Amino acid sequence: MPLNNETIKERLIGKFGDQLSHFEEPYGLLTFEAPKELNLKVLQYLFDDEELRFQFLTDLTAVHYPDQAGRELAVVYHLHNLTDNIRLRFKVFTAIAQPDVFTATQLYSSANWMERETYDFFGINFVGHPNLKRILNVDEMDYFPLRKEYPLEDQTRIDKDDAMFGRGPLPAAANQGAIETPRHEREARVPASATPGVPEPKQDWPNT
Amino acid sequence: MSAEHHIKLPEGSIEKTTTTLNLGPTHPATHGVFQNILELDGERIVSAEQTVGYIHRAFEKLAERRPLYQITTLTDRLNYCSSPINNMGWHLTCEKLLGVKTPKRVDYLRIIIMELSRISDHLICNSVVGVDSGAFTGFLYVMQYRELIYEIYEEVCGSRLTTNMGRIGGFERNFTNAAFEKIEKFLAEYPPVLKEFENLFTRNRIFMERTIGAGPISAERALNYGFTGPNLRAAGVDYDVRVHTPYSSYEDFDFEIPVGSTGDCYDRFLVREGEMWQSLRIIEQAYAKVQDMKGTESEVYHADAPAYYLPEKKDVYTKMEALIWHFKIVMGETEIPPGEVYNAVEGGNGEVGYYLISDGGRTPYRLHFRRPCFIYYQAYSELTKGAMLSDAIIVMSSLNLIAGEMDA
Amino acid sequence: MARPVRFNVHPIKADIKNNISLVDMPEGHMGEGFFTTKLSSVIGLGRKNSIWPMPFATSCCGIEFMATMASHYDLARFGAERLGFSPRQCDLLMVMGTIAKKMGPVVKQVYLQMAEPRWVIAVGACASSGGIFDTYSVLQGIDQVVPVDVYVPGCPPRPEAILDGFMRIQDLVGQESFRRRNSEQYKGLLQSYGIQ
Repeated sequence: MPLNNETIKERLIGKFGDQLSHFEEPYGLLTFEAPKELNLKVLQYLFDDEELRFQFLTDLTAVHYPDQAGRELAVVYHLHNLTDNIRLRFKVFTAIAQPDVFTATQLYSSANWMERETYDFFGINFVGHPNLKRILNVDEMDYFPLRKEYPLEDQTRIDKDDAMFGRGPLPAAANQGAIETPRHEREARVPASATPGVPEPKQDWPNT
Repeated sequence: MSAEHHIKLPEGSIEKTTTTLNLGPTHPATHGVFQNILELDGERIVSAEQTVGYIHRAFEKLAERRPLYQITTLTDRLNYCSSPINNMGWHLTCEKLLGVKTPKRVDYLRIIIMELSRISDHLICNSVVGVDSGAFTGFLYVMQYRELIYEIYEEVCGSRLTTNMGRIGGFERNFTNAAFEKIEKFLAEYPPVLKEFENLFTRNRIFMERTIGAGPISAERALNYGFTGPNLRAAGVDYDVRVHTPYSSYEDFDFEIPVGSTGDCYDRFLVREGEMWQSLRIIEQAYAKVQDMKGTESEVYHADAPAYYLPEKKDVYTKMEALIWHFKIVMGETEIPPGEVYNAVEGGNGEVGYYLISDGGRTPYRLHFRRPCFIYYQAYSELTKGAMLSDAIIVMSSLNLIAGEMDA
Repeated sequence: MARPVRFNVHPIKADIKNNISLVDMPEGHMGEGFFTTKLSSVIGLGRKNSIWPMPFATSCCGIEFMATMASHYDLARFGAERLGFSPRQCDLLMVMGTIAKKMGPVVKQVYLQMAEPRWVIAVGACASSGGIFDTYSVLQGIDQVVPVDVYVPGCPPRPEAILDGFMRIQDLVGQESFRRRNSEQYKGLLQSYGIQ
């Protein structure tokens, strides 16, 4: 009998009981959630089980949900059973204050760089990783750029006229302090209109 | 090397029997910007440490600020040797999310373009492997024929390399007759060239000695390292997304998956050669299928999805309905369903995956690209351990590392 | 099987009179058996037709440069036959592709390793201005780290555009004054980049 989502779900519930939750099948891909302490146990079980054989780690990444207090960061694993050609996705949620998740590098060599990338982007601390340091960005970077609170653009650019982008002129105070204040504080600066003494920016452009 | 030192080191110096060699990030032989710090014992590589990120452009963050149809331009620049595959992979992902069903003709036209770009991708890789083993002729020879592929792209979308081809739901315009003529010309002219290219290399003694046994990997390790595409198939695993999860009507085609056995450079070269032949087969079949279509079916070039497919420009200028849809799509007024999609296509280097989370907004909430290069480059130190220094270069080029894809 | 390639089995006899393009003579006075002109014109003439480019290809534009250099477009026609991969030997730094902030110091390092006189061409939107990548990790144009002589627009530029940019560089090289590299203005320019 070929493996299908139902069987996988039954096997997983049989093994882990109600610790696994949120079983869904968006666009036919079995998705569930595991507590973060269990992530390695689930991976190991899926890897070792003679019937499940999820032995190929397709993808590992993270998502940031700033609105979910206590479970802001989600680590998402995509696994693939190449023998039966069936995929599976599972997520592990962690608090942003202490983003510790066990590493999968012992199981999959490919997880090494994917976890480094995830650390680089989201600051998830993979416990037990052999070489957890930044991979794509410069080592000196002091924030995790893909978290939602950080802006996309380079904030140190001075050649862009902000008024042309509907953002209004920069407050003079923030400009002067730009060198001394640490980067993350600068980025969280108040919008121009909130500073007293600075004229309201023109509302001609849609303020998106 | 014997344990005793022939050169007397000065008193108090730290003994170090290996040499450190910095290869990259601008080394001419690296074909891209990545750095390898090699520890050498004589000419043998003891260990290699890779540094990547030299052209990190923050695609994933950028994608969170762009409406779906504008992300196509970003996907171009991932693997720029085969950008149409990335474009269409992205469109297929969006279509999966939005529930758009494409007509058969669109699928076949896409397949023609995707297989052409697979050929151009493998062509560069294989000719560069040739260059690195000392055969520059093959490279100069096939570059001429890659131009034929680019001419087809130009005819279809107007651009050569970063094509930005197609729309969500199909193509921007129908293929012109000139495009079909050029495809025919390519199908006629290219096979003899490929044959000649093969004759230059496959049984060439120098080439064989340079590549056989260089950078081998077992199937088990390759899977553990997350290899996909030609590099995995060279190790003997017949995994191909086109067959395992057929997209864009690949199930209608008859083709084979070339598989190697040892996973060394020579096998990778042969697998890519084999795939080019198979791609030619697929293009021929798809071309015949498109030509066989009759009636209204033979004119279709996009899906009937007015809410997502940008209307034609001439309609926008003349018809109210089209203008309204155009406005709605561009201003992000159309409904994007919330959901989570993972979609994969077989890119030039392996499984290119798009993990898209939509929260119903105009732009993706999160978009992650599974970039095959990034994942298998970490195996490089294992592949080159104990190899000669000159093998380091050829292993790198036969893996077909594309810096743009690696660093996103 | 029909061969698509033509071999020079019966080569056409070279038509030296009408078929070979020669560079124009610089301005000067000619008499019987002599020709006088400025030293800088002669040197400029020599320099501009034997530029050694140093390709600094990082991404997409690099692939277009491969096409420019290969048989179809053939950059060697312009006297740039030899691509030097050692900055010490080269006159022209061709920066092609996105330069991330991580890469910025490397570009500068390569520029510093080149000997004077040196020229820089920024090929493509990314090298010229950051292009579509207005992000935290991308350098917004290489002119933030090294002085640039010619910018080639396009994303990526077609090989013809790269050739055109190359010809603009040739014009600059040919017309360059002898004293430019010693002038206060030039030193000031380098100073503004922190180069001594």
